[in-house]
Amino acid sequence: MRMRLVPDNTNFNFFRAARVTFGASAVLVIASVIAFFVMGLNFGIDFRGGTTIRTDSTNAVDVAEYRAAIDPLGLGDVVITQVFDPTFAADQHVAMIRIQAQDGQESISQDIVGNVEAALQTVDPAITFASVESVGPKVSGELISKAVYAVLAALVAIVAYIWLRFEWQFAVGAVVALIHDVAVTIGLWAVFQFKFDLATIAALLTIVGYSINDTVVVFDRARENLIKFKQMPLIEVLNLSANETLSRTIMTSGTTLLALIALLVLGGDVIRGFVFAITWGIVVGTYSSIYVAKNIVLMLGVKRDWSKEKKPTGNQFMDIDA
Amino acid sequence: MLHISRFRQLMILLACLAGVVFTLPNFFYGRVESHNDAVKLVDAGMTSDEIAADVALWPSFLPSNLVNLGLDLRGGAHLLAEVQVQEAYGATLDAMWPEVRDVLAAERDTIGFVTREESTAEALRVRISEAAGMERALELVRGLGQPVATLTGAGASNITVSAEGQVISIGLSEAEKLASDDRVVKQALEIIRRRIDAAGTREPAIQRQGDNRILIQVPGAKSAQELKDWIGTTAQLTFNSVVGRTTDSNANPGVGNILAPSLNEEGSYYILERNPVVTGEELVDAQPSFDQNGLPAVSFRFNPTGARAFGQYTSENVGAPFAIVLDNEVISAPTIRQAITGGSGIISGSFSIEESTNLAVLLRAGALPVGLSFLEERTIGPELGADSVKAGQIAALAGFALIMIFMALTYGLFGWIANLALVINVAMIFGALSVLGATLTLPGIAGIVLTMGMAVDANVLVFERIREELKTAKGPARAIELGYERAMSAIVDANITTIITAAILWFVGSGPVRGFATTLGIGIVTSVFTALFVTRLFIVWWFQRRRPKTIEV
Repeated sequence: MRMRLVPDNTNFNFFRAARVTFGASAVLVIASVIAFFVMGLNFGIDFRGGTTIRTDSTNAVDVAEYRAAIDPLGLGDVVITQVFDPTFAADQHVAMIRIQAQDGQESISQDIVGNVEAALQTVDPAITFASVESVGPKVSGELISKAVYAVLAALVAIVAYIWLRFEWQFAVGAVVALIHDVAVTIGLWAVFQFKFDLATIAALLTIVGYSINDTVVVFDRARENLIKFKQMPLIEVLNLSANETLSRTIMTSGTTLLALIALLVLGGDVIRGFVFAITWGIVVGTYSSIYVAKNIVLMLGVKRDWSKEKKPTGNQFMDIDA
Repeated sequence: MLHISRFRQLMILLACLAGVVFTLPNFFYGRVESHNDAVKLVDAGMTSDEIAADVALWPSFLPSNLVNLGLDLRGGAHLLAEVQVQEAYGATLDAMWPEVRDVLAAERDTIGFVTREESTAEALRVRISEAAGMERALELVRGLGQPVATLTGAGASNITVSAEGQVISIGLSEAEKLASDDRVVKQALEIIRRRIDAAGTREPAIQRQGDNRILIQVPGAKSAQELKDWIGTTAQLTFNSVVGRTTDSNANPGVGNILAPSLNEEGSYYILERNPVVTGEELVDAQPSFDQNGLPAVSFRFNPTGARAFGQYTSENVGAPFAIVLDNEVISAPTIRQAITGGSGIISGSFSIEESTNLAVLLRAGALPVGLSFLEERTIGPELGADSVKAGQIAALAGFALIMIFMALTYGLFGWIANLALVINVAMIFGALSVLGATLTLPGIAGIVLTMGMAVDANVLVFERIREELKTAKGPARAIELGYERAMSAIVDANITTIITAAILWFVGSGPVRGFATTLGIGIVTSVFTALFVTRLFIVWWFQRRRPKTIEV
């Protein structure tokens, strides 16, 4: 007997709760924007310059002692956090130290790193420095603008592609869903003050890619059904398409999440933030393609006068035979 | 109906086989690495029993390309340096002074006396005593300008000349500055490469980034500081005549002279002639050695031009001191005891052995034309890298196992076929990474894991479609065929959009992010291939052998 996550013939009415879900999404997006402006993001050194030092020791980490050793150096804002991870050995104690960018310096000078390392070694002679990373304010400024361009470029390119392959209403629906995903993710990062760095941007782009993937599959089915059931109202066609693809949506999200959860638990702390962002994105992306993208298409309506076109769009791939 | 031509079957199988074969070396990473290193040595003309034994570690008929591990997985140092291109302007202008002086002095009647004023890096300033001759003077100086070859073709002059009272100021034109910047960055890149090669590390990556930046990544370097020691100093070596000594750091050296601190004697300064007798550019060789007292030193040899100039100078100045200056610091200022005509000599200061070795490397590689400033530095320890590899491997295997169980439970036999395709898919990703010489980073591992999750998506789309078609179509063969056919457009659209994001990530991102984009991009291509062609081939084989009346997907 096969495992069936979704029964064969589902007939959920995804639009019944449209007002609630769509309204909730709208509220979340607005809340995210507010959170972004009010609370701001906890930028990593990639975006605001500075230095991070990762320490590794066989002795337990004493944050207060570390701080007492570093404070006399007068380096301004210094953040020290202990890192815990199931992949660490029993006597492995790791801490991250973040030092703000020093005024008037393009890159932190090695003297400062040397001083910090020496100060910590007096506290704990067994300490080693697993990684040291410094980014100058000049580069970090450029990295921010590059990252913003990357996300915008991805959105534009994807919308252009969807527009070519589908009706424009679908493109609008897809891009609204994408903006929703990006906004809600940034909002979550603002509220919980998760570290926002280059890896988070990569994760955002991955979310965009995954979410559009999901949306396209539903749209593709809707396009097919619009041709098949010419008389059926749009709302029913969209609902039918969502039901028909539901099994696939759950399966794919399920397998991807399984892989990501393995990585989240076992992949180590260095990559955890990045993987968490993608995991969150899969959940949001799946939600938005069911509850956001289709609502927009429904609101905009779709031209269904197929008779004038000799050949429906988007079937050129059907002739390919393996 | 369900038929795949023999030729196509063969091609699909060959592609799978290639994926597996090219992945193979990565399972024996250490052996293949030793083999590759040894082969390089043999190519360089070295042989020994040890090298021969290393070569034999891996059969030469098998591919020996390995996946490059990124700095975050292998440990090493990363530096982003900005070349201070504007520093070159001053030197270019300085070099014009004799020419300007000569051309103006030739018309002393109209122009009067010519004196050099305090100049800046941006402008060479020259005062003439006869204000009436200014027009003529400007004309003469402009005549010295040379056209700059630019991409636009038009030959703009390389200098700008303007007058301010009785002072002419000469600067570089924008076109010349651009040309100079490009030249300087290329030169710096070459010299950095030579210096790092001299330090003998494995596979350093040294690339130009943007207009005036250089990215240096050296796996295995202990720290960014070590890298900076190799490349951070300009190593401009000059031999200057000594005018005098002083202990006053603010002393006025006078026109045409410079004040340089002593390297070893704190608070001691030398007044030197600005124009050197010989520069490090005339060196052909430099080696670490020991002086007559057995202390570490650097011996060097000049080229013929340098040897002649040095010989002439020393024979004319026996008994006078001259200074050996490195980056505007006086290493030593020995007295010339006799003419040095052989073209070789020795620099002794209070070096340690390491310092003399470093200095010899720097001198041999040539001087950096200008200084560097470092914008970004990253050091990753090898243990952290090894831990990341281990954690990534475990996580990838766990993810792999979970997906396989999930697929088998849901689709039965078809699920196992998809799982087999997934194994081939991962092999192809690694094979492609090896062949392309791409770099695997920690986010790259995440990219592979994510691809595994998404790779089954194409199969899921097909299988779900087959299930649907089974309800309406006539017979299982037709359902399978329709399933593949009708799922195609969704698969293609979905994957093209993901490819778009991967491409943008690759172009915009750097380092780890680019590593993620690489595996994601390759993974999409291989997963579409395995899902559409490989699984289909397996299903057709199974179907033709069993001819089932009904199938369960």
